[in-house]
Amino acid sequence: MTAAVELMDLVLIIAFIGVALGQLAAMVRLVIGPGPGDRILALDTMVINAIGLIVLLGVWQGTRIYFEASMIVAMLGFVSTVAYARFILRGDIIE
Amino acid sequence: MTLEIVAVYAISACLLIGTFFTVVGAIGLLRFNDSMTRLHAPTKVSTMGIGALLLASMIHSYVFGEGSLHDLLIMAFLFVTAPISANFIAKVNIHRRSCQMPKPPKADTTWATLNVPEADRDIEETGKA
Repeated sequence: MTAAVELMDLVLIIAFIGVALGQLAAMVRLVIGPGPGDRILALDTMVINAIGLIVLLGVWQGTRIYFEASMIVAMLGFVSTVAYARFILRGDIIE
Repeated sequence: MTLEIVAVYAISACLLIGTFFTVVGAIGLLRFNDSMTRLHAPTKVSTMGIGALLLASMIHSYVFGEGSLHDLLIMAFLFVTAPISANFIAKVNIHRRSCQMPKPPKADTTWATLNVPEADRDIEETGKA
């Protein structure tokens, strides 16, 4: 059991590094992205990676307390993506 | 006891798969050439990766705690909303003409996404320049 748990800790560190690198790549695309479509896409990716980081934190600490946080981040991320896209498409969010 | 060891290895495998997909999605977002091509990488691959991470979290809660299926809710929400946001971003790309344009429709004069009202034409032109 201890060997398996040590392996899981190592894999968790690898997962943290990987998702954080993904977040950094999305930030680079947010800065250089030519045009609003790419920037909205980069923000959407950053929200999804943030959910991944919160879930990893929950696994790392062995607690279920971050469930609500990741759920709210997921919902707000979707709504904000749609709001940005509506603003570009129609010049207004609620017509 | 043996089942727990198998479950811990399953958690590790799910975490590795999720990390792999997330990193692949980020690389695709960074390296692809075209706006519409870039749309494919994060909206599909990264969502898949987060699904694997949530699966790992679910197995972890069953092995080390009381166990809950709460993460299925986030997974279902993400899998439902990712295509919708991808569709909206694709419409933004078509609207801004930053991709290869679709063929004109047979029945109407133009697509609804490209059909800017008369009053907003000047705003649209200055916005593009």
